[in-house]
Amino acid sequence: MSTIAQKRGFASTVWDYLTTVDHKKIAILYLIAGGFFFLLGGIEAMLIRIQLAVPNNDFVSAGFFNELLTMHGTTMIFLAAMPLLLGFMNAIMPLQIGARDVAFPFINALGFWLFFFGGLFLNLSWFLGGAPDAGWTSYASLSLASEGHGIDFYALGLQISGFGTLMGGINFLVTIINMRAPGMTYMRMPLFTWTTFVASALILFAFPPLTVSIFMLMFDRLFGANFFNVAAGGNTIIWEHFFWIFGHPEVYILILPAFGIFSEIFSTFSRKRLFGYSSMVFATVLIGFLGFMVWAHHMFTVGLGPVANAIFAVATMAIAVPTGIKIFNWLLTMWGGSIQFTVPMIYAVAFIPSFVAGGVTGIMQGAAPADYQYHDTYFIVAHFHYVIVGGVVLALLAGTHFYWPKMFGTMLSEKIGKFTFFFFFVGFHLTFFIQHFLGLMGMPRRVWTFLPGQGLDTGNLVSSIGAAFMFVGIVSLLVNIVITSVKNEKVGNDPWGDGRTLEWAIASPPPFYNFKQLPLVRGLDPYWLEKMEGKQTLTPAEPIGDIHMPNGSFVPFVISLGLFIAAFGAMYQIDDKAWAIPVLIGGLVITFGAMAYRSIKDDHGFHIHKEDLIDENDDKGVKA
Amino acid sequence: MVNNQSNSSNPRLDYEYRRKKNAEGMRIQVATFTLMIFFTVVSFVAVGANFSKWFVIPFILLLAVVQVGFQLYYFMHMSEKGHEAPSMFFWSAITVAFVTVLAFMTIIWW
Repeated sequence: MSTIAQKRGFASTVWDYLTTVDHKKIAILYLIAGGFFFLLGGIEAMLIRIQLAVPNNDFVSAGFFNELLTMHGTTMIFLAAMPLLLGFMNAIMPLQIGARDVAFPFINALGFWLFFFGGLFLNLSWFLGGAPDAGWTSYASLSLASEGHGIDFYALGLQISGFGTLMGGINFLVTIINMRAPGMTYMRMPLFTWTTFVASALILFAFPPLTVSIFMLMFDRLFGANFFNVAAGGNTIIWEHFFWIFGHPEVYILILPAFGIFSEIFSTFSRKRLFGYSSMVFATVLIGFLGFMVWAHHMFTVGLGPVANAIFAVATMAIAVPTGIKIFNWLLTMWGGSIQFTVPMIYAVAFIPSFVAGGVTGIMQGAAPADYQYHDTYFIVAHFHYVIVGGVVLALLAGTHFYWPKMFGTMLSEKIGKFTFFFFFVGFHLTFFIQHFLGLMGMPRRVWTFLPGQGLDTGNLVSSIGAAFMFVGIVSLLVNIVITSVKNEKVGNDPWGDGRTLEWAIASPPPFYNFKQLPLVRGLDPYWLEKMEGKQTLTPAEPIGDIHMPNGSFVPFVISLGLFIAAFGAMYQIDDKAWAIPVLIGGLVITFGAMAYRSIKDDHGFHIHKEDLIDENDDKGVKA
Repeated sequence: MVNNQSNSSNPRLDYEYRRKKNAEGMRIQVATFTLMIFFTVVSFVAVGANFSKWFVIPFILLLAVVQVGFQLYYFMHMSEKGHEAPSMFFWSAITVAFVTVLAFMTIIWW
């Protein structure tokens, strides 16, 4: 097996990606699929803002507007933000801990294809009779009353993609616990690895409630159950509880890896080790823990009673403490550092005030009595866009610029990057800052249109202009990617010059086995330590030997495809279509058949032999 | 599992130690297995003896909790070294599940 790049046809490249189990290629798949859904969600957002730009607008119909806002939220959370973060975790985390791949490469591929087919299924609803229209929260009474198949697409699509995410989370946990390089203790792990670890634990605990509630919704809608049907003795509030027991940890699943990316960027471009590393780890774990104790603050107005509201209000405010610790640590990392304002660093610096603004409005809503005023207004919309766009999306854009050379071996243009930042950042504040005031003046969220002369006209127009700015920013990023890929100027191991962690010590992009010899980790920021001692490479922890690698497999694709087909059968059987039940069974047969094939047929992988590794160019991997 | 690993190819290395360790493990397993059988007998007796259900149900639940502990810590070796991470995740999951059930019992009105 040679590792020298060969000229290959398009079809063989496609086949390679369809069957790959390599974490770096799966990361690229996540980036492409997540990026595609991000653009879809963005287009939906643009249509929403066009509709709301002027009062009494009828650019889209009210029903279509409901579908747009539902799909915007669902797509952005489940199919864009989370997969993009999973992409970065896949690309970077195994390199940061000095591993040759994740613990279960096959499961990793399966996780991606399940997410992909789930997302595809959800979005096919646009062409098959209407998208889901009950909001991304899909509260039960409303979603049970929704006509057509929209909510069925929501339930089945999210169920399939949720399985994929759950598998990804378990895989990362096992990888971080078991596959750290010699010397990489827990308290020497880079912050991005730590946040990946805690976010994966949150996935492990938060996704089962979502799975359960979506199963209940699915059975209510498709198989005649009455879990949420009050008239038949069910309880509609159960959905809300389950959804938010999942939903609140979900926002930490998004923001923690974003914190991790920014932590890496701050210390790299301040040329200092992260200030208060152990308190950062502590704060990350504490945020993860408290994330499970606060879900009912989304439901203050449901009528839980004053005692429950008070408990959840206090728990909510407690989360501000570890988050504050993080903010101050980032500021003190920059303090006295030798700061370079590269594009990722600009995003990181801009992130701090934006995210703090979102956090402060979060505390305002955490005060239960005040929340009755803010509930279901544009104030809420402004708040969660400040934390998710100001936190997660800025981190995704920063991470794209920061890790692009490591993933693809080329540098994105700094000049266009600054242009992207300017338009996106200005557009973001223009769009969402004024929505705070629209909300306080009484504009309800998810509203289709509004009347003129109620003080909402100017604010909404400003907001829509801001959205156009963000659109320009994202388009310029795409242009940047195309220009960079066409130029294809390769860079070395450590293109930023100040890399601190293991991934910057190996080639960009890394060879498919990552490390020729597993590195010996002698402290926090191991590559920086070696550089400070005048070395160019890492200290190896083992002699060069045979490397065991997994074979590629088409089975993950087939397993996911089977569920995708079965979902159509499950959905159309309520219309008494004769083909529906056979399709349902056929799809499940494909899935379970592929699983049986995987179980019965042994696949022992292959070895890269020592001789091949020694022959190769010595700038790949770790030198002896 | 973890205790039986050795990075030497010499099979005699630590042989005596591992032998002793395994014998001790076996003794504990037999003892807990006996106790579990005993618990089962006791719970059948408790039902058969026509005690009040306010005694029998909590009593059997208590025995069940102890049995789960035996199962995890002795039969599934969670008491041994190298199982800290699984046991941490296990207890976290129990905490989350407990909070969920508690909330559903207390703050959902029917």
